[in-house]
Amino acid sequence: MRASDEEPALVAAPLASPLSGGEAVAPTAIRALRPKSGLVRVLVSVAALAFVAFGLPGMLDRFWLQIVTSVVIYSIVTLGLGLLIGRAGMVSLCQFLLLAIGAWVALRLHYATSLPFPVLVLIAGVVTGVIGALIGLPALRLSGLYLALITLMAAGAITVVLRIAQFPNGGGGFFGNSAAGGASSRLSRPAIATGDTAYYRYCVAVAVLMFLLALWHVRGKPGRAWAALRQSQATAVAAGVNVTLYRLWAFALASFMAGVAGGLLAAASGGVNINQFPVQNSILLLAVVLMGGVYSLGGAIVAALLLRLLPALLDDWGVSTELLTILFGVGILQVLLTAPGGLVDQVPKDLANLGRRLRKLVGLSGPRRAGDEAPPP
Amino acid sequence: MIEVDGLTVRFGGVVPLDAMTLTLSGGTCGLIGPNGAGKTTFFNVLSGFVKPVAGAVHAFGDDLLAMADYRRARWGLRRTFQTEEAIADLSVFDNVLLVRENTEGGRATQRQDVLDAVDFVGLEPEANRLVGTLGAAQRRLVEVARAVVGRPRVVLLDEPAAGLPDDETEHLGRLIRRIPEEVEAQVVLVDHDMSLVSACCETTAVLDFGKLIASGTTADVLRDEHVIRAYLGTEEEV
Repeated sequence: MRASDEEPALVAAPLASPLSGGEAVAPTAIRALRPKSGLVRVLVSVAALAFVAFGLPGMLDRFWLQIVTSVVIYSIVTLGLGLLIGRAGMVSLCQFLLLAIGAWVALRLHYATSLPFPVLVLIAGVVTGVIGALIGLPALRLSGLYLALITLMAAGAITVVLRIAQFPNGGGGFFGNSAAGGASSRLSRPAIATGDTAYYRYCVAVAVLMFLLALWHVRGKPGRAWAALRQSQATAVAAGVNVTLYRLWAFALASFMAGVAGGLLAAASGGVNINQFPVQNSILLLAVVLMGGVYSLGGAIVAALLLRLLPALLDDWGVSTELLTILFGVGILQVLLTAPGGLVDQVPKDLANLGRRLRKLVGLSGPRRAGDEAPPP
Repeated sequence: MIEVDGLTVRFGGVVPLDAMTLTLSGGTCGLIGPNGAGKTTFFNVLSGFVKPVAGAVHAFGDDLLAMADYRRARWGLRRTFQTEEAIADLSVFDNVLLVRENTEGGRATQRQDVLDAVDFVGLEPEANRLVGTLGAAQRRLVEVARAVVGRPRVVLLDEPAAGLPDDETEHLGRLIRRIPEEVEAQVVLVDHDMSLVSACCETTAVLDFGKLIASGTTADVLRDEHVIRAYLGTEEEV
């Protein structure tokens, strides 16, 4: 479906310049599928959430429960990066390493103090948020490709620091170092969630809080300021928006989320080790976030599924996970060329198109609106 | 009251504003001149997008150039853009709210102030529509609503009628005439549409090559020989 003059421009909002899809896609079809009333939407979300928290774990064995737990944790990271790209119009390639920073801070605090788990996770988020805002400083001057490059270099720098510090290492105190430090460390879980199923639910609860935080930002003053910034810096300044503050705040928020996810990851089954955080995963993260869709919060969930569930499924089916590189490459191409809204936007639209065609095929064509018949790209 | 003293802007060898000295006062002032005369550059200096190499601008006694760019909105400076810049991804209401929440005024009257501004331009029925779905004329009105919300003191309108049909321009003109009295702000109007300028502005200043070549009451200025030669071309247009 091609752009027409009367469509909401949210989908057409520009990505950071080198990633620009350039083409607008009318979201009329997806709107037709969405429940009309806000109440219905909330009820559907609550029902889906109840299933995810209470129905799903019973259907999965230990291995798949670990996988969905990591999907939940990573959805917090993709949520942050999606906000940064889709709302604030900036790009960062160091979010994956900020996840490691979050895990590291949480673990070090765990060795150094006896703070309760939620406080550890919160501090990990705040510290990572501050570091993320510092890394975001160049964003005040740079954008697009150059910002991507700078943040990728920052990711590389973080890896070096983590190697030198022998991340995560189990020495005492905050900077303690133990020669016998194991390759992998795990944070103790909170007392109310020591089991795998309970910890999964704990992660779901934290993720829900993060999504609400994101929603509050998007619907509120920061969301409006970012919308202005995305369109043009001049119009934002003319409206009295403190551009410096809101740019850095976007970086801080995305990094805070990565840090919180890192804290959760440190207590997940298997704990964390340095080999989990190669620099190239930052690029993979960007790819799945774009594919999931950066203009709606649901895209973060799709992105996390692509990042964590898809490889496990392929493995389970005996297909090489190397195939993902090709799949994601094609997926990115598709998103940049024809579906800037990502899978979360495109799939319902394609389904609606398919439904219309099927109805037409069986001669039941319902009421049609002008412009709805454009073929899917 | 805006007092401009010796304002000079230089882009390399180009001098879009050349020691411009000018006083804009009372109600609505027109600012006209051929393309490249420096009108938009002047607005950009006031907004803080362009830094002058020399000169000063005082508005109601305050040194405008000393303020950080985004703080000028809070001080009471508003503007519209030559190529309209209403934010496409936000609703009409949110567009106006964005300005209101980043400028003067408490939260208690926020919602009412925004509704008043939307009502002022007559877009109340469209308040919840995304600006991206509006036509060109309505987007221009959104910009005007953004310019009048939250106690503005100076409203800069940069070719607000560009590309609008005559009846829409007339509607816009009626709105602009109401701003000084109802919003209590000084309006500076840049436009090429002389009928709009004559209808809205008591006084008009004329720029050419970055210099002030005439100023005075609009009727006098539009009869000025230099102005006609530099800009208007024929007397019939007046």
